[in-house]
Amino acid sequence: MEDKKRLEEFEARIQRGEKIEPKDWMPERYRKQLIRMISQHAHSEVVGMLPEGNWITRAPSLRRKLVLLAKVQDEAGHGLYLYSAAETLGVDRQELIEQLLEGKAKYSNIFNYPTLTWADIGVIGWLVDGAAIVNQTMLAKSSYGPYSRAMIRICKEENFHKRQGYEIVATMAKGTPEQKKMVQDAVNRWWWPSLMMFGPHDTDSPNSGELLRWKVKTKTNDELRQRFVNLTVPQAHAVGLTIPDPDLKYNPETGNWEFGEIDWDEFWRVIKGDGPCNRERMRARRKAHEEGAWVREAAAAYAAKHGMKSRVA
Amino acid sequence: MNHKTKAENEATDTQWPLWEVFVQEKQGAPHEHAGSVHAPDAEIALQNARDVYARRGRLLSIWVVPSAAITATTPSDDGPFFDPGNDKIYRHPQFYKVPRGVKMF
Ligand SMILES: [Fe+2]
Ligand SMILES: [Fe+2]
Repeated sequence: MEDKKRLEEFEARIQRGEKIEPKDWMPERYRKQLIRMISQHAHSEVVGMLPEGNWITRAPSLRRKLVLLAKVQDEAGHGLYLYSAAETLGVDRQELIEQLLEGKAKYSNIFNYPTLTWADIGVIGWLVDGAAIVNQTMLAKSSYGPYSRAMIRICKEENFHKRQGYEIVATMAKGTPEQKKMVQDAVNRWWWPSLMMFGPHDTDSPNSGELLRWKVKTKTNDELRQRFVNLTVPQAHAVGLTIPDPDLKYNPETGNWEFGEIDWDEFWRVIKGDGPCNRERMRARRKAHEEGAWVREAAAAYAAKHGMKSRVA
Repeated sequence: MNHKTKAENEATDTQWPLWEVFVQEKQGAPHEHAGSVHAPDAEIALQNARDVYARRGRLLSIWVVPSAAITATTPSDDGPFFDPGNDKIYRHPQFYKVPRGVKMF
């Protein structure tokens, strides 16, 4: 009874557009869904460093290397903002990271694809960060205060990611025939996985209804995907690149770029662990965690020694 | 390669305390809550806060406070706790009438 009244009050607050803060009463489902979403999002930022990190040592110029380093470092920061937001819901970051390292946690499918050429770095910034921005701009309005604030912080930084990517793409697209071929090949490989980033169709997305009702999300997967396609197609055409979709056509009545069907078998295959790089990504994460152990030990030893001194003083 | 036992790994993986981070973005502006970091001591907390919350170089100052040291009101305080402020409209300048045409400031 009591809970039913509280739930009504909670939903009324959401309807009025109020933000929910960590100490406020919230239904267990809301808390669980947020922990799931925010931690998956944090893991995605962290695992997302791997495909791009792969190219830092091989960037074609010092400028490109500086930029890529800064971008990858930003993604680490995004992971930390999000773990920090998740912790306000009563989970430990430690716990979440263990789940990731043990292979029990999900992260965005897109990072299970390989980065084969330098053009992939441009296309990732343009398409993958571009898709992330569409999603995150929506999440910046999320009903959970700490999530929304982390998203606002992230969105401010993401525009640089997208622009540096598009700059690489545009440069290669007007370069030598080989460069142009290389960047078109990267677009061909990354286009469909980028569309999959928005998740299954609304009709196949079991969590959507609840997340929308509680304004954790304010737009559906399909709405966001359409928005991304509408923004991106003209950007491709502006630099003379084609989108690998024979069904793509503009509908002047709706103003939408209509596109073909996504290969959902591939989507589910990669989610279940059989993407091209799932195992490699987890191996690299575990290795990084183990190799960082000495840093954690040293910091703890230093703090213990200091702590002792200040207590004596 | 160093192979550690699970127990050894757990010992080194113990989670460090949480620190709340407050940042000042502009000269004269108040410090605002930015988020949190884990760190074994205040010095490393400051360094981590810089790496996480000051990558764009716009900050003037950072405070870190052990999260456990913060005492906060709870949402149920909303009514009675803040009441003394809510019912004193005479603390606002609009409460007072001033003859027409007089410039107060
Ligand atoms: Fe990011
Ligand atoms: Fe990004």
